[in-house]
Amino acid sequence: MRHLVSVLVQDNPGVLQRVAGLIARRGFNIESLAVGRTHQPGLSRISLVVSGDDAVLEQVEKQLNRLIEVIKVTDHSEPHVERELALVKVSIAGMEERLEVKDIAEAFRARIVDVAKKSIIFELTGDSTKVNNFVEAMRPYGLLEVMRTGAVGMSRGEQVLKVREKKAV
Amino acid sequence: MNGAAAILKALEMQGVDTIFGHPGGTIMPTYDALYDSPIRHILVRHEQAGVHAATAYARASGRVGVCMATSGPGALNLVTGLQDALMDSTPVVALTGNVPQHLIGTDAFQEADVVGITQPVTKHNFQVRNVNDIPRIIAEAFYIASTGRPGPVLIDFPKDVQQAEFTGSFDVEIDLPGYKPTYKGHPRQIERALEALQKAEKPVLMVGGGALNAAPEIVALAEKTGIPVIPTLMGLGVFPGTHPQCLGMPGMHGSVAANRAIHHADTILAIGLRFDDRVTGKVSRFAPHAHTIIHVDIDPAEIGKLVKTTIPVVGDAKWVAAELVKGAQKLHLSKWWAQLEDWKTKHPFAWKPKPHLQSQEVIQAFWEATQGKAVVTSGVGQHQMFTAQFYKFDAPRSWINSGGLGTMGVGLPFAIGAALARPGELVIDFDGDGSFQMTLQELATLKKHNLNVKIVILNNGFLGMVRQWQDLFHAKRYSEVYLADSNPDFAKLAEAYGIRGITLTDKAKLHETVKEVLAHPGPVLLEARVYHEEGVFPMIPSGGAAEDMIIENPRETVAGD
Repeated sequence: MRHLVSVLVQDNPGVLQRVAGLIARRGFNIESLAVGRTHQPGLSRISLVVSGDDAVLEQVEKQLNRLIEVIKVTDHSEPHVERELALVKVSIAGMEERLEVKDIAEAFRARIVDVAKKSIIFELTGDSTKVNNFVEAMRPYGLLEVMRTGAVGMSRGEQVLKVREKKAV
Repeated sequence: MNGAAAILKALEMQGVDTIFGHPGGTIMPTYDALYDSPIRHILVRHEQAGVHAATAYARASGRVGVCMATSGPGALNLVTGLQDALMDSTPVVALTGNVPQHLIGTDAFQEADVVGITQPVTKHNFQVRNVNDIPRIIAEAFYIASTGRPGPVLIDFPKDVQQAEFTGSFDVEIDLPGYKPTYKGHPRQIERALEALQKAEKPVLMVGGGALNAAPEIVALAEKTGIPVIPTLMGLGVFPGTHPQCLGMPGMHGSVAANRAIHHADTILAIGLRFDDRVTGKVSRFAPHAHTIIHVDIDPAEIGKLVKTTIPVVGDAKWVAAELVKGAQKLHLSKWWAQLEDWKTKHPFAWKPKPHLQSQEVIQAFWEATQGKAVVTSGVGQHQMFTAQFYKFDAPRSWINSGGLGTMGVGLPFAIGAALARPGELVIDFDGDGSFQMTLQELATLKKHNLNVKIVILNNGFLGMVRQWQDLFHAKRYSEVYLADSNPDFAKLAEAYGIRGITLTDKAKLHETVKEVLAHPGPVLLEARVYHEEGVFPMIPSGGAAEDMIIENPRETVAGD
């Protein structure tokens, strides 16, 4: 099963290596990993897409929590928003094809961000299934390059990923 | 004050009195500051021995062990020891020098990506980039190493950081928002655990190295309930080995009683252990009759990792065990005990006497002569298992071995670390001829400090454990395990270092030789030339289960052998 996991980390040097290294070393399967700064200085947020059963997911979360610089881990099983950004460069042979791919792009609400004689770059945002479908729809025309960010996500509503208050031990 | 002096001051503030280390180019500023420091430095002859000695120092004393090395090769020599400390949850702080910051990433002389390389073998690691961060990072390193599930922490100091002028403060606050170990077990879970125990007809209490600090509570819990106790290899001494309720260790070379008890148990209370494969054998066949497994551990990631847990309790072993003692009642286990006593009586750890001197009797003789009071270390292999079987440990922190990683060569450096942690006490290193030769250069360290360490090399002329597996599972094809034709004369080797060396070959002289070894002040090396084809039994073959236990050596079932 596919799980989207968000990880709040201290953005110290090497923290990404720690997270990636842990996943590789424990043999977890990940589809994607995306990372970026948050609005709070010193904190970054990582989105991971992990495949595995509940036991695997539990271990992923627990092992991530063991990392000193990991502040909080959450599995988005609750209602959440998930998005991925993709840049897709499609080869264009002639006018007819140009119109066809533009039609498809419109259906997916993809934006054209670069037009050249023999290619177009589309920018597409959506969940991973939508991006997959778009890529497949463009495949017959000739895919030149595909760059995806990997999924990022957050819970809907008030639920947020934040630094826990210090707990008395 | 420069960074190097600040490092030593900060270490002093952590209560550090001993550092095991070896100098070199990039750590020289700190060695220079050490010249004026009250901290004692133990010069080892190889960095790996330094980290092992620090590990044993920690395990024997309960305090953080500290080791130090230079950049590149020095730091890389720590890797094995760090993983060893990580797997056996031991608080160690390793300090390494590194090339100056402007040279980092340029393939400078003796440069290695030590922080990158040691990430997977430490609980956490740091590189100090600003000299004024030294006190905070050292405080955080000691806090991380010694709290929660203990483990090794490495701090890397580029040379320029050691040389820079320190203008910061030693009055620091630890800032680790992502690190908050849970000490108090959840009261409802503890209640559930007590209810399950009360209902149990065939319960066992398993205790591991995580319960090292909980020995009095474990004894109280066992005596109040009457439950049988099974200490793991790392938990030997947490519960007295001579206590009538002790069944001995479980697992691959564990006792028949312990393994059968686990196999037939309906309820398992496991405190401070991680269900290592050498304990469980094949997990799917482990404890098939246990409807309830209560797992107490401070590391939530250990719970449910391998064995399905019915009642998880995340918390400190000492705290949780004390709560369990409060609520526990006498269990009615007379039927269960009748069965356990039968197994204990019929199948104690034993050996078939031979005309040759045998490892087991040597260990037993030392146990008797020391009344079980020595601090004991070992290398890894048959001699380690024989020690675990025949030296009955009655006190925690009296048995220091490499359980998780199985690092050959730890015996002597462990003994040195233990002797320095526990001055005035007798330390015995039961070692193998193979294991011992991996770190024998530390005889120099032993001699220099004239420590009360008795090295007992159980020399069977083989890499015995590998030979045993080849015997049982590889049709006796003894591939690359024969040492006897090129082993040194160990007693002479010791004498070359100025250490008393004794050789024992004659079974009849065992007891007088043991007396002689123990009576000699300071270090002694005893080479005991033992029967060369001994096997460790009982044995559960790798990937097997309790039912697959081989109780006696199948090669020796012929009468009169």
